[in-house]
Amino acid sequence: MTAEYSAGSRLEKIFKSGQKAVTGECGPPRGCDVEHFKHKANFLKGNVDAVNVTDNQTAVVRFCSMAASKILLEMGMEPVMQMVTRDMNRIGLQSNILGAAALGIKNLLCLTGDHQSFGDHPQAKNVHDMDSVMLAHTVKTMRDEGKMVSGTELQGRPRMFIGAAANPFADPQEFRVIRMGKKIAAGAQFIQTQCIYNMERFRKFMEMANDMGLTEKCYIMAGITPLKSVGMANYMKKFVPGLDVPDHYITRLKGVPKEKVAAEGIKIAVEQIQECLAMKGIAGIHLMAIEWEDHVPEIVQAAGLLPRPVVD
Amino acid sequence: MVIGEAKPVAEILEKIKDFKKIVVAGCKGCVTVCNAGGEKEVAILASELRIARKAAGNELETLEYTCERQCDPEYIEPLDDLVKDAEAIVSIACSVGPQYCTARYPYVPVFPGLNTMSIGGAAEHGVWKEYCQACGNCIIGDFGGLCPITRCAKQLLNGPCGGSSQGICEVGKGSIPCIWQLIYDRLKNLNQLHNMQEIKLYKNWSTSRDGGLRTTIREELKQ
Repeated sequence: MTAEYSAGSRLEKIFKSGQKAVTGECGPPRGCDVEHFKHKANFLKGNVDAVNVTDNQTAVVRFCSMAASKILLEMGMEPVMQMVTRDMNRIGLQSNILGAAALGIKNLLCLTGDHQSFGDHPQAKNVHDMDSVMLAHTVKTMRDEGKMVSGTELQGRPRMFIGAAANPFADPQEFRVIRMGKKIAAGAQFIQTQCIYNMERFRKFMEMANDMGLTEKCYIMAGITPLKSVGMANYMKKFVPGLDVPDHYITRLKGVPKEKVAAEGIKIAVEQIQECLAMKGIAGIHLMAIEWEDHVPEIVQAAGLLPRPVVD
Repeated sequence: MVIGEAKPVAEILEKIKDFKKIVVAGCKGCVTVCNAGGEKEVAILASELRIARKAAGNELETLEYTCERQCDPEYIEPLDDLVKDAEAIVSIACSVGPQYCTARYPYVPVFPGLNTMSIGGAAEHGVWKEYCQACGNCIIGDFGGLCPITRCAKQLLNGPCGGSSQGICEVGKGSIPCIWQLIYDRLKNLNQLHNMQEIKLYKNWSTSRDGGLRTTIREELKQ
């Protein structure tokens, strides 16, 4: 019955089976230290259904997401290859979509990417030939119509399960769901949200998504990033645009002895996961434990999400 | 208009260090309006260069002239008399000017005295902002008359990214309005929010710089 799947990735199969999916994240290093990457990835093995591999996140040069995705495949793990439109034009992007499919990568997350002024090469030229909505459309057109953006026929269609991101906390607030809807209409089959801290605002976002029928058309994964320390929580609140960390979480972290802050952060994350999973229209959790991959097994376990389902 | 900004004097001094006599050429067009390359700025720059060179014990002679425009060959012509006695030209027109000087004087070194910043306009006294990137296929009619190609740091066409916060773009340390917030507000006023709900697909960049050097031809005006 593979015909019913657009790509047949484990992630797609879990969603279609009606079970809640869990994805993790593993950022490639700023160098080609494969062992370090594999060491981090190993903490995720068996604890998540698929692993996002970031594409030069925050515009900092790292080893490329396609190579890292291939390494995960060789480790018996399933990658969600992230791809940003900041660094390549439609020629490079389509070439990489085809190359990724040829390597057996089946999940692709279409992003615009952070602006290079935040990264380690602020003098770089950006490309932005396309945006994330167009990229999702490109992958869908290549997969379903066997055509490139130019209309050129493909020899062999890339079977990709198409994802995109959504930030429910940026402005204008009323437009956030509409923008997610555009990504879905363009081709996104699953959405991973930005890190959620303001549960109230996220609840409203999901209500709007349900009202617009988007949760019927797409699998929405709630993005959770555990707060490792008070410093991290303050940083997220003050310096990361579009991130909304309510004071009550910071108060909670401050209220425990220093050696227990990390455990409190995990407790908060677990509560958030459970709260999100109880919301109508949430199809899974995207757990972004940034440089804290070793805590993923504990968090997933505590959230009652183990063992992970087995699909054919 | 084309917005220009004076280059640091030290940079110009370095470029002309081997010359004893130069022409400083201004332009009465856009760069006069934005106070960067008109008659007044020509006089100021020439005197700054002379003073610096005198202090360095290597006197410089400057010949000053401000062209009607530097983007028309016939208006470069009046420089001929000055250039014949000079070793180099510093043009403080937008970068079109130095290139027209270069075309007219094949054996005279030409240096820009300005950085050409943008196609823009005055925001307040002493402040100019960018409004256009000359993509060659204007689409602002779809966006309430505002340009996301120029004014969105990521050139998005499908609405604001996750870095739009309270009307401010995440790029520029709080100094840049999110153009998508302005487009949203504007379309709301015009009852045209549907324009932002439609998926915008691939832009044809071949009319932009990407398509190669652009020549604009009006057949009826050609002689």
